[in-house]
Amino acid sequence: MYAYDEIDRTLIHERVAEFRDQVKRRLAGELTEDEFKSLRLMNGVYLQLHAYMFRVAIPYGTLSSAQLRRLAHVARRYDRGYGHFTTRQNIQFNWIKLAELPDALADLADVGIHAMQTSGNCTRNITADQWAGVAPGEIEDPRIWAELLRQYSTLHPEFSFLPRKFKFAITASEHDRAAIKVHDIGLRLHKNAAGETGFEVLVGGGLGRTPFIGKTIKPFVPGRDILSYVEAILRVYNQYGRRDNIYKARIKILVHELGIEKFAAAVEEEWLGMADSALTLEDADIEDIRSRFFYPAYEKLPQMPDELIKAAHDPKFEAWRRNSVTPHKVTGYAIVTLSLKPVGGPPGDATADQMDAIADLADQYSFGEIRVSHEQNLALPHVARRDLPALWRALDRIGVATPNINLVSDIIACPGLDYCSLANARSIPIAQELTRRFANHDTANLIGRLHINISGCINACGHHHVGHIGILGVEKNDEEFYQITIGGRADENAAVGTLIGPAVPYGEVADVVEDIVEAYLALRARPDELFIDTVKRLGVEPFRERVYATR
Amino acid sequence: MTSPLQQKIKITGPSMVTANRTSDGVVIYRTKAKGWSTELNDAAIVRVADEARALLADAVADDVGAVGAYIAPVELNEQGAIKPGNLREQIRSRGVTIDLPVPA
Amino acid sequence: MPLVKGGNIAGDAFVQVADDAEISADGAVLVSAARLLADPEALLRRAGPTGVVWPNNHDVALLAPWLSRLAAVALVFPSFRDGRAYSQARRLRERFGFSGELRATGQVLRDQFAFMLRAGFDAFEVKKQSDAEAFAAAAKRYSVFYQPTGDGRVTALHRRTQLRHSESAGL
Repeated sequence: MYAYDEIDRTLIHERVAEFRDQVKRRLAGELTEDEFKSLRLMNGVYLQLHAYMFRVAIPYGTLSSAQLRRLAHVARRYDRGYGHFTTRQNIQFNWIKLAELPDALADLADVGIHAMQTSGNCTRNITADQWAGVAPGEIEDPRIWAELLRQYSTLHPEFSFLPRKFKFAITASEHDRAAIKVHDIGLRLHKNAAGETGFEVLVGGGLGRTPFIGKTIKPFVPGRDILSYVEAILRVYNQYGRRDNIYKARIKILVHELGIEKFAAAVEEEWLGMADSALTLEDADIEDIRSRFFYPAYEKLPQMPDELIKAAHDPKFEAWRRNSVTPHKVTGYAIVTLSLKPVGGPPGDATADQMDAIADLADQYSFGEIRVSHEQNLALPHVARRDLPALWRALDRIGVATPNINLVSDIIACPGLDYCSLANARSIPIAQELTRRFANHDTANLIGRLHINISGCINACGHHHVGHIGILGVEKNDEEFYQITIGGRADENAAVGTLIGPAVPYGEVADVVEDIVEAYLALRARPDELFIDTVKRLGVEPFRERVYATR
Repeated sequence: MTSPLQQKIKITGPSMVTANRTSDGVVIYRTKAKGWSTELNDAAIVRVADEARALLADAVADDVGAVGAYIAPVELNEQGAIKPGNLREQIRSRGVTIDLPVPA
Repeated sequence: MPLVKGGNIAGDAFVQVADDAEISADGAVLVSAARLLADPEALLRRAGPTGVVWPNNHDVALLAPWLSRLAAVALVFPSFRDGRAYSQARRLRERFGFSGELRATGQVLRDQFAFMLRAGFDAFEVKKQSDAEAFAAAAKRYSVFYQPTGDGRVTALHRRTQLRHSESAGL
């Protein structure tokens, strides 16, 4: 993972000093809330229903064990002993006091963690997939480029007051685990026919009130030009994005209203006008960042060690191994996913004790590195296969070994009306009830891969549009109702889900999901036809009939 | 429960003004004495739009002490005690409806 | 409203002139975009310096033919949250090579001074007296900058390159 140098450390400490001064001036009445709000948002500080919420950046979802321990410390010292991992690979604390935030930020800065630009109308965390750098089949580690983009976009003087928020995602795999097609800028790292490394650049993807799948603006931008090209896109957006209506202010609306050809032409014109850009990357610049990514000194290990062969007779271990362990690009190693979706638990939460325990396990079994996925789980990316049985026992003890990854109870949910002032309805209790209904692992495995996403309002922080089953909280006569969609997907075949019928009340949501699952089991062509493929094959009608027959 | 931040001033029954305390984000209610209390029962009650507007304007003027003030419905029980008027205000006054991962 | 120029509170050399008011032959004036574009030759022939107040929703490319003769361009932040003038400033400085006074007007507050300086502004109509007095401190807030603008400051990338070269030169 990336190692901060003196320059990186200086910047985040200067940022802490600046925010400390801004908080002081706010509390002394020298700054109004109107003047202060943008400043606190750009340090990750939201106002929620009961308290401030503090969103800390985890750049491209990579953490060291020291950093995870420090997050646990913040949870204990400044919050209520737990944190929530988000759909953008960040972490949120829900009970933070504004007056204590500068101290919390200073504690985090000591280990190279910040909260810069995790909110506000600026560029946000650049997300990659949680297997970056260790998954087989990547052309190279996308996090190197994510770090180049992170530095480029941090405290950018021209783009700190955009029309609206701006999100990047980057993938280096054929199979897109980073959902690049639903981001403002999506980047697909690949090699062209000449063997050069570069990016397919997509723009204008996004969810929320008006979901859009991103469009390709340029099929190949060489690596050395990516920063200048991104600058051209941001400059066109900064100047022409709508500022009259916050619901029409994202770049997806500008792209839609201009059309991709006109938008691309405007970007090209701007880009060509930036001749000899200081942003053109020299090989040495790229190498400098690459050289500060530390990779483990992997040992030469067998793919089928004795420890693994012996443990295979334990059905519980095997159930977990088949579910939560995925192939690593280095023989003898594996990627282990830690489920933060225990039965009956709020999805994506971890206690400070769990964080400390996971940090210890990362030191012992994963060269001190942890990953955060946008599905709100964690991963240990460098586990020797011979250590899997011992690791599993330890993970099970701390409650992060539920073998439900990618299954029906691996639910992605926003905080919803329990926490969030934007919400229409609650999402966490819906998720909890669903995990109870589908607690049986045999049933869950029988159903197979099924992504349920829950958002408490149309802002879609739960990414419900791209859930295989999407659940959206709406308000009807002061009561909580939910619209159900099916058929969404977030990967390289990204699609927005289709509504199956009228919204249903809070008490019926879990029943409806059970009906949908029953319909799928009855209708699937073969046991291995996934839910999402059955929906594609048959459309929404058979599911609608089943669900609304008695409603 | 559409977020009040998007609503026009529209009173359909007894209402109060609520906000969050600037320094620590704690939920507070505007009182008759032109101050703030963390107790819902101390909230000033208004019944018509003009009163509500005036109460809100007063609350908003306390920019140092309070953030994000808005008008919210209440219910008054037979004893005259003030209860939250919708689920959002219930959650704000009593806390989340789920068990916290770490018991308080 | 204090004007900050050269890092200090300064007197304003320019007078803003309404569209229907007469303009003196000498003396520094700021005119509206409409007035400038109506008869730029006449205005720029004046003995005194001429500047223009340019709205943030007009393309600065329209000013390009006149930039070498304009003494000042004033850009506008209608709200400090409206960041269009940052792009206008960079384009004026970096693409069109404008070297006259580039003035920030509108809701100009302390916490955006550093960004404005980096974007190429060198004069500031500051909203609050206390902010104007704090200008020098605010400008020094950061010593590290990740990305290049036209301000000539050494960026992190370049500083690292310099360090690499001095290391390999055995310094």
